[in-house]
Amino acid sequence: MFLSVKGLAKAFGELEVLKHIDLTIKKGNIVTIIGPSGSGKTTLLRCLNALEIPNKGVFSFEDGFTVDFEQKVSKNKIAELRRKSGMVFQAYHLFPHKTALENVTEGPIIVQKRTKQEVIPFAESLLQKVGLEDKMDLYPHQLSGGQQQRVGIARALAIQPELMLFDEPTSALDPELVGEVLKVIKDLAKEGWTMAIVTHELKFAEQVSDIVLFMENGYVVEQGPPEQVLKNPKEERTRQFIQRIINP
Amino acid sequence: MEHWRKSLRNGLGKMFPNNLLLTITGDMGGWELFKNSLWPMMLGGIKYTIPLTFISFIIGLTIALLVALMRLSNQKILTIPARIYVSAIRGTPLLVQLYIVFFGLGDIGLTIDPFPSAVIAFSLNVGAYASEIIRASILSVPKGQWEAAQTIGMSYSQALRRIILPQATRVSIPPLSNTFISLVKDTSLASLILVTELFRKAQEIAARTYDFMLLYVEAALLYWTICFLLSIVQDRIENRLDRHVSR
Ligand SMILES: Nc1ncnc2c1ncn2[C@@H]1O[C@H](COP(=O)(O)OP(=O)(O)OP(=O)(O)O)[C@@H](O)[C@H]1O
Ligand SMILES: [Mg+2]
Repeated sequence: MFLSVKGLAKAFGELEVLKHIDLTIKKGNIVTIIGPSGSGKTTLLRCLNALEIPNKGVFSFEDGFTVDFEQKVSKNKIAELRRKSGMVFQAYHLFPHKTALENVTEGPIIVQKRTKQEVIPFAESLLQKVGLEDKMDLYPHQLSGGQQQRVGIARALAIQPELMLFDEPTSALDPELVGEVLKVIKDLAKEGWTMAIVTHELKFAEQVSDIVLFMENGYVVEQGPPEQVLKNPKEERTRQFIQRIINP
Repeated sequence: MEHWRKSLRNGLGKMFPNNLLLTITGDMGGWELFKNSLWPMMLGGIKYTIPLTFISFIIGLTIALLVALMRLSNQKILTIPARIYVSAIRGTPLLVQLYIVFFGLGDIGLTIDPFPSAVIAFSLNVGAYASEIIRASILSVPKGQWEAAQTIGMSYSQALRRIILPQATRVSIPPLSNTFISLVKDTSLASLILVTELFRKAQEIAARTYDFMLLYVEAALLYWTICFLLSIVQDRIENRLDRHVSR
């Protein structure tokens, strides 16, 4: 088991967004997270990456690294947690003043203090992996949405995380650009990356997931293999949600 | 260096005899007076107005960045002093600030020369106004940029230096240029604490010749020229920064 999360809770003031989440991610597995708007999917991913600090919950990784949010969590632990995962945002959040290549090299060179000579070929290979070998020197505003999101993926991969987190990576894209981004994620799946992906693309979820997790109101309502959760859900609420997406 | 200075002095000395100010008299014709006053005023500009502006602006920007970061922090120990400083400077006339530093401190035994007094007062003044500009420009950078920097492992100061400030700079250049150009003009107030800058020179000559209109218009033209040149530089910088970031 790569990561186990127990009793994760997060509130913003009075609003309890995550009430009690238990979750396990196995090494090399792909967990997709579905659920209605406002159910806490983004908040869950952000907690995994310590962009939000949970109020409660214990994260334990297979290498023995453990964070218990009921105690005060040190800066070092937060940094370690961030080192373990790479985040891909819905709105890309590329650095607009840096080229595609510089976006990718920034983490390895500035944070990990690796040498330029070593990082540039590595970053180039990542951009090649996402199909952007001919766009490396362009700035974000010179790229299409799909291309920007692929740079975002390469930037996250560059810090060599153990877990990749995707928050609706295609929902800001024009329909004809969705495919190119999903293809990159599928390639990563084939390479054996461990990933957690929030998505509304049920067909994609069915193709790549090992586990599908349905969230509502800050709880995990149902989780299991895609054949179960997407095709034959046990819970009535899961069934209703899927019906609504298929026949809006 | 010394050699270069000497030959410059000799060259200029021929063009503008050293005792020029004394040779300017009320009997001169308008054009002659204008011409003969030009160099003393420009010299005041080169020796005092321009250095005073640049030094104060650079120190002021440093203060401003610090104060902006203090105000953006979430610790009262930092935000409160920063707010008081900005409010006090913005709520009092620059001339009064200048007098407090020069005459006021002198009165309580802390005598500072005119030029450094002016530098202190102008730096503190710029620090307050520019801190508001810098704070707003940092806030104008989308939150997602901080988050993206954090997710690749950057610390606060790395994110600030590498990701946020370069983007904030673009936003802050036009208002900071205005602050700079205002500062050029405000340095004329230093004439009141005996800094022999451009405007003080005009006053000195006017006191001898009584040609107030001619000399003050001449001073105005000189300020205008400096500010005009600066606005050209500003346009260049903006164009440069615009090349890559289109929003
Ligand atoms: N920083 C915040 N401060 C206050 N409330 C927040 C904050 N972030 C999220 N929320 C609230 O938490 C709830 C869950 O938000 P979240 O973004 O996790 O939902 P989601 O499942 O990702 O929804 P969507 O499908 O629309 O992206 C929402 O009601 C939202 O308004
Ligand atoms: Mg969301």
